[in-house]
Amino acid sequence: MEAFTKHTGKVVPLDRANVDTDQIIPKQFLKRVERTGFGQYLFYNWRFDMNGNPDPEFELNREEYAGGTILLTRTNFGCGSSREHAPWALLDFGFRVVIAPTFADIFYNNCFKNGILPIRLPEKTVDTLFQRIETKETRTLTVDLEETRISDGNGFTTDFEVEPYRRYCLLNGLDDIAITLQKEEQIHSYEENIPQYYRIEKEQGV
Amino acid sequence: MKPRTLFEKVWDRHVIDQEKGKPAILYIDLHLIHEVTSPQAFEGLRLNGRKVRRPDLTVATMDHNVPTANRNLPVTDGTSAKQMDTLAQNCRDFGIRLYDLHDPGQGIVHVIGPELGLTLPGKTIVCGDSHTSTHGAFGSLAFGIGTSEVEHVLATQCLQQLKPDTMEVHVKGSLPPGVTAKDVILALIAKIGTDGATGTVIEYTGEAIRNMSMEERMTVCNMSIEAGARAGMVAPDETTFRYLEGRPFAPKGEAFERAKEDWLELRTDEGAVYDRRVELDASQIAPQVTWGTSPGMGTAVTGRVPDPESFPTETEKKSAKRALEYMGLTPGTPMTEIPLDRVFIGSCTNARLEDLRAAARVVKGRKVNPRVRAMVVPGSQQVKRQAENEGLDRVFLDAGFEWRESGCSMCLAMNDDTLKEGERCASTSNRNFEGRQGRGGRTHLVSPMMAAAAAIEGHFVDLRNWNPED
Repeated sequence: MEAFTKHTGKVVPLDRANVDTDQIIPKQFLKRVERTGFGQYLFYNWRFDMNGNPDPEFELNREEYAGGTILLTRTNFGCGSSREHAPWALLDFGFRVVIAPTFADIFYNNCFKNGILPIRLPEKTVDTLFQRIETKETRTLTVDLEETRISDGNGFTTDFEVEPYRRYCLLNGLDDIAITLQKEEQIHSYEENIPQYYRIEKEQGV
Repeated sequence: MKPRTLFEKVWDRHVIDQEKGKPAILYIDLHLIHEVTSPQAFEGLRLNGRKVRRPDLTVATMDHNVPTANRNLPVTDGTSAKQMDTLAQNCRDFGIRLYDLHDPGQGIVHVIGPELGLTLPGKTIVCGDSHTSTHGAFGSLAFGIGTSEVEHVLATQCLQQLKPDTMEVHVKGSLPPGVTAKDVILALIAKIGTDGATGTVIEYTGEAIRNMSMEERMTVCNMSIEAGARAGMVAPDETTFRYLEGRPFAPKGEAFERAKEDWLELRTDEGAVYDRRVELDASQIAPQVTWGTSPGMGTAVTGRVPDPESFPTETEKKSAKRALEYMGLTPGTPMTEIPLDRVFIGSCTNARLEDLRAAARVVKGRKVNPRVRAMVVPGSQQVKRQAENEGLDRVFLDAGFEWRESGCSMCLAMNDDTLKEGERCASTSNRNFEGRQGRGGRTHLVSPMMAAAAAIEGHFVDLRNWNPED
């Protein structure tokens, strides 16, 4: 996983609440067996009409937000399906940061596994950011994970919170499977004591 | 010892390591996998030269994109076929038990786990699917994970987890006739919102929950994720044990008795404290119907499509307005006057034998409205066989329903079972998101009995005073 330390990029505002992972990556694109190549399908049903033509009104299609790498959105982003294809699509499209008042749990967790930083900010601060983007006071943001600080270099600065361990793993791009594998001894001794009735052996007829 | 909740007891039993300031390392007793969210995880293992630590505790099925029409024909969708072949190959390579397309045990992963007796009280159960919360109905701690975590469990049989908060959902009183478990969970989500339980594991308690069958408890726990919860749980009791006894992978004889003693410990201690608490009165719940594009956008069948301006915040007003545009609904329309094109009875929420029985009771001797195309997709091959043994297939077929093979089908429409643009569907599934059942399709979530009655009438009806002979 690519480490995340500090990132500066253009902000794309997506002023919708409860954006579910079916919108982020519709199911018809979940049939690939690779992790890559999902960016072209990001928000597919919102970006493209029934005939595959881009909707010029949709934020991700607007010239002024082209090349954006920071997504600003509303509460409960990433709700619904656990599909990790959602962060894969965001990352492949170029997003490294998502800012929202709240995130759904599984999506939030999936982001950290893929080098995307999801940032929770108070609703009021998110409102302010939406307004500043509207008035073009804010165009880009610098997100510093080391300092847990966001600023637009134009008068807006705020601190954010992230669980210390998640921050540590993201800063160092750690492979958490390798970390767990170091616990072999504890895993092994736990396994010795699993109740017999949790073993899955042969099926026995009903 | 400090009183603990059911969740804390199951959690504590599975923590193999807990360093200060770090997530717990939690042992996983059962890992369920399917064709859509596992291929990249196996690829990751191969790239890193890692093995599956416990193939014996890993069980696979094909459900998400399987065809529900004739199983004797080859799968026509090449990319779906490739995903199924990839799963079969991975299971062969790593020695994992697979219930494939032609296996009599095949079915939706959250239907077959319990029916095979793989789902047991006190287990930790994960799957790359958010509706894994279903299994919590047995007093297991069961939650959905992403593909990176699927890989983590394959490699280590463990997960790194930060401890979630707890939330008690207490459902007092008893459900009126015509009101079901589905209505309870839809009413809860309408009340607390789709992020009302974010960051928590819900425990469902109270008389209404105690009086529910296992199938009903599964329906409730299934949609915990739609309230934002990681998992939903119900403490095991005699209902649980009666369901489990004799199931293929459940312990037998004396072992079952010993297990039962242990499982009886899995209940929240007197004096244990939940981080949050919500109460519902079952007797006040009416049959529910959703009107919008989020499971929380629901109302009683006696209600009307709301006016977006009636919502308190700008964001909610906007969401409601957008939802009504997508759904093609006008504020003030009575829910019972919305005409339907399709009815789908199926999904991991509501495609178990009891669900089909309840729907069949409503349908029996009646005909599907000629405007409506209606289908029943059993949750598993076993459910299908049992239903056929009881003659339920005839009831549905005689009424004009289609009777399909088991799978996720039109709950997420990854196979050919989809809505066309603008089609409106009464669905027993769990998500009414834009495009969920097909691009431009419009989904109303309801219980199996509500869906069955809607199929007959061509619109929603209040089951509590429905008299189809009128």
